[in-house]
Amino acid sequence: MALVLAPEPPVPEWLDALDAQVERSPSFFDGRPVVLDLAALPREQPDVAGLLRRLHAKGIRIIGTEGAHPSWQGLEAWAPLHANSTRPARPIDVPDERPAMQEAQQATQSDNTSLVLDQPVRSGQSVVFEKGDVTIIGSVASGAEVIAGGSVHIYGALRGRAIAGLTGNSRSRIFCRKLEAELLAIDGVYQTADDMNATLRGRPVQAWLDGEVMQLATLD
Amino acid sequence: MATVLVVTSGKGGVGKTTSTAALGAALAQNGQTVVVVDFDVGLRNLDLVMGAERRVVFDLINVVQGDAKLAQALIRDKRIETLSLLPASQTRDKDALTEEGVTRVIAELREKFDWVICDSPAGIERGATLAMRHADAAVVVTNPEVSSVRDSDRIIGMLDSKTLKAEKGERIDKHLLLTRYDAGRASRGEMLKTEDVLEILSIPLLGIIPESEEVLRSSNLGSPVTISNPNSVPAKAYFEAARRLRGETVVVTVPAERRGFMGRLFGRRAVA
Repeated sequence: MALVLAPEPPVPEWLDALDAQVERSPSFFDGRPVVLDLAALPREQPDVAGLLRRLHAKGIRIIGTEGAHPSWQGLEAWAPLHANSTRPARPIDVPDERPAMQEAQQATQSDNTSLVLDQPVRSGQSVVFEKGDVTIIGSVASGAEVIAGGSVHIYGALRGRAIAGLTGNSRSRIFCRKLEAELLAIDGVYQTADDMNATLRGRPVQAWLDGEVMQLATLD
Repeated sequence: MATVLVVTSGKGGVGKTTSTAALGAALAQNGQTVVVVDFDVGLRNLDLVMGAERRVVFDLINVVQGDAKLAQALIRDKRIETLSLLPASQTRDKDALTEEGVTRVIAELREKFDWVICDSPAGIERGATLAMRHADAAVVVTNPEVSSVRDSDRIIGMLDSKTLKAEKGERIDKHLLLTRYDAGRASRGEMLKTEDVLEILSIPLLGIIPESEEVLRSSNLGSPVTISNPNSVPAKAYFEAARRLRGETVVVTVPAERRGFMGRLFGRRAVA
């Protein structure tokens, strides 16, 4: 789940407004991936490279751009996302810091099809979300489990169990930044730590189903 | 404003009671008023470690059930005036603790002391959950062993969900106290490294207490190590941890192995 930022002309005023929002909730952008939607900018050569530098200086993590005109310069490093790869712009209110903190406490932001947790999953805890994908920003401890109807994404070490495709979705996948898992399962096909190729341990890994066989490969 | 601190770990035998006594004494030695509360009903130990076992008349259960007043059950330490003990009962079990009773006792203790330090029993059942229920902050005692680390992780999850503060949507301060740290075994790779423990548990480090004969000797003498031998290495580590609890910034020192001359000559075994 990436946020979409859509700068509007005039850009300096838009940046000031952004600053005001960031001031109200300093941690809103922390660790969140952001896609920059440049469609609203004027056609004639805006200073896109400068804009990117300024956003970067604010600690906003741009992962890609869209809506840029092919003639613009300064975007070479940012692969354009496929058109329509993000859902139609759905404005998200920037919360004040207090609600943002409470949100972090409950650690859940869910819409219909995805669940995002921004806290580690501790030993003994079980996260179950049958409606779709689960994203964990943090680690999953030994003795913890994450169970999803769709795919499981773990931006941290996976030391416990990850179970994807609970509802019979064999195209679900498991992604993690560091594989130390006790068990991986997709649509009922599982592997324990003993079954996994030892060279994958500690690496960023994805797992998917090839027919009835689970495949694992590094992401780097 | 009093701080209620729970000393907890999940696993038994990692040093909760020893650390409760040492931290409580260290805070009291620096002028704070401190009460250490033994929540290990049925297996009470804190009175022994504090050297007060012959002075116990009333206990936590008596106060919780209204059979005794708090002032009757509190035992003031003979060495440090500002340090008190609320002992557990040895003849009862954890079912004798009621939620309302514990709430009332903790509220009363908050008015009398700067620090209320609750020594949690091992496990994750009633005794442990009631010990952490009212905590503002927690010291998670962990040995550099995989089993201890996983149990601590479980306890951290409970601190974030089962305490009153967590239920109100507030955050409870959690501190990691690494105990029984053996520098020799660490250097030989026989124990988890400090960085690994910190990475897995991802809570701030309060201190590293070396495995030490001195700690065992103090426990058996009924005196917290910070009182019986304040200049020893573990006592200094506890004093530093106590300063960090009070919000001071003190650099954490990793205890190094100290070998004598002969040890340096013959300390390493040749690999044939």
